Amino acid sequence: MIINNSPALAPLLLLAAAISIPVLALLSKRLAYLTAIATSLVATAVSVLNLWRVWESGPLRYHFGGWTPPIGIEYVVDPLSAFVALVVNAVALVVLWHAMGLADEEIAGRAVPYYSLVLLLLCGANGMILTGDLFNLYVFLEIFSLACYGLIGIGEKQAAVASFRYLIMGTVGASFYLLGLGFIYIVTGSLNMADLRNILPLVYGNPAITAGLTLIVVGMGIKMAIFPLHGWLPDAYTYAPSTTSALIAPLGTKVAAYVIIRVLFYVFDAGYVSGALPMTDFIAWLAAIGIIYGSVLAIAQNEMKRMLAYSSVAQIGYIGLGIGMANPFGFIGAVLHIVNHAFMKGTLFLVAANLRKNSGHSDIARLDAAYRKKLPWSMAAFTLAALSMIGLPPTAGFFSKWYLALAAVDKGNWVFLAVILVSSLLNAVYFFRILERVYLLPPPAGEKEGEGFPLKSKTGAGLGLGEEKWGLMIPACVLSFCLLLLGIGNAGIVKGVIQRIIPIGM
Amino acid sequence: MIDFILGHYVYWAIIALLIIGLYGMIFKNNLAKKLIGMTIFQVAIIMFYVASASKWAATVPVLDTALGAAEAAKYISPLQHCLMLTAIVVGVATSGVAFALVISIFRTYKTLTESVLLERMKSS
Repeated sequence: MIINNSPALAPLLLLAAAISIPVLALLSKRLAYLTAIATSLVATAVSVLNLWRVWESGPLRYHFGGWTPPIGIEYVVDPLSAFVALVVNAVALVVLWHAMGLADEEIAGRAVPYYSLVLLLLCGANGMILTGDLFNLYVFLEIFSLACYGLIGIGEKQAAVASFRYLIMGTVGASFYLLGLGFIYIVTGSLNMADLRNILPLVYGNPAITAGLTLIVVGMGIKMAIFPLHGWLPDAYTYAPSTTSALIAPLGTKVAAYVIIRVLFYVFDAGYVSGALPMTDFIAWLAAIGIIYGSVLAIAQNEMKRMLAYSSVAQIGYIGLGIGMANPFGFIGAVLHIVNHAFMKGTLFLVAANLRKNSGHSDIARLDAAYRKKLPWSMAAFTLAALSMIGLPPTAGFFSKWYLALAAVDKGNWVFLAVILVSSLLNAVYFFRILERVYLLPPPAGEKEGEGFPLKSKTGAGLGLGEEKWGLMIPACVLSFCLLLLGIGNAGIVKGVIQRIIPIGM
Repeated sequence: MIDFILGHYVYWAIIALLIIGLYGMIFKNNLAKKLIGMTIFQVAIIMFYVASASKWAATVPVLDTALGAAEAAKYISPLQHCLMLTAIVVGVATSGVAFALVISIFRTYKTLTESVLLERMKSS
């Protein structure tokens, strides 16, 4: 029965499709695109199925080749992994849909490898999320990262340099992870997460375990771009093609954050990593500095993609802060922010892509009132996502910040509370800078309404909505609408999914 | 103390390799040399795993009819070697992607020296 194999279905399908797309492209390019979209759609459907099965009958454990762990490799679908996998696949599906209208123009001639790499990236992400084996996780991490380097490298001139820097830092991160894993394996003799969960309490306090955990957290911290390990991120996001940034910004760092949560709270014990070994305190303080640092630098940027990249550094700080506070509210906030930020950054980068497509640049200083006429729906989506980033109810961003603030109060740490509040203010500063230009400035003098804006491409000017292409506008709107849905349905997510999985020992 | 140093000589060598690799990645000005540093760093970790599997008075993990399967302690652990086969493959793939990027950088900027590269990136 195929339904019994559903945990392994998504990564395998994505891998098979990634390999077959270059072959299919020989027949017809259109066919290759449709395969990419269809596979992504199926992967999303499988994630929904997994989540439903977990809901009905509790965590699923899928043993590869019938070998029982700890000897064999297993996939574990619990509410957390099913939920994060669903978010990753859903966001990627929308971004791929958007890429259909953009890839031919922006990365002309390289669209087919782009689709192939995207599916490889998703394969890696799904594998990292679902696997229950720490070494298997390393392999999927490298699949994911290699696809990332490729996707960034196909961008404009500087992209290859940005990608090279990311490759060096990313490989160091993955190597640190592998080294740390070696320490833990030598002491415990197991690589299986559930098995390690039982063995590790016997060897807590062993310096090799401490060193191993530190190496793993630092390694994944590089991938997650937590301050001060974020050096690769701004260049990589800025110079990557817009379609790539829209994919990597929501997904890349989140998957690493998920791995840190998995290792700290499910392989190790929340009581240990926040008590005997004050690992989480370090993460929380670094994240708090990162939030302020990222927000301040975002204000200083003049290019929208670069601004969003620095804003990502700040937003990753929120996730790190939630992880670092290591209490139930912090955990809820971190997981919720992983989801919310995926949708928010997805929307914002899609709109940045639409701006670049329309006018050939995304410089904030050159935005003016004409844009509210030319891109009304994209700018509306941008506004909604910006409000969510600032944290206005009922958008999704409010709720994750609310839980993080509750966690700070619960922990009695007023510095963290102040950081959360101040950074909301800073978010407002850098987003209102754009919104003010687009919505509050009078239209340029001497121009009639809706005129005076040179459209770069001549296609589809007469859709009646003032937008250039449906295929570019609707995905951004869908993602931003999801922000409202997530905000309104947030109680359901917290009660139905996250509260079920709050780690023991918090 | 002497025992501590001599008894772990493999690990000291691995630490030295790790440091050489990190040094290469951070301080070398040439992108290709940075990649060499990266490879040394990866190899050091592979050596670390393989060294951890070594054992005195034990044989390769293939069933020996004379020994039988009962005395598992007479065989060395095969798992680290298998893991490292995968890691080597991953390392090769990483180097491949890295060199492709280096070639692409060279074609665009006609240099691999980082300081010159940064200047040309600014001026373009």
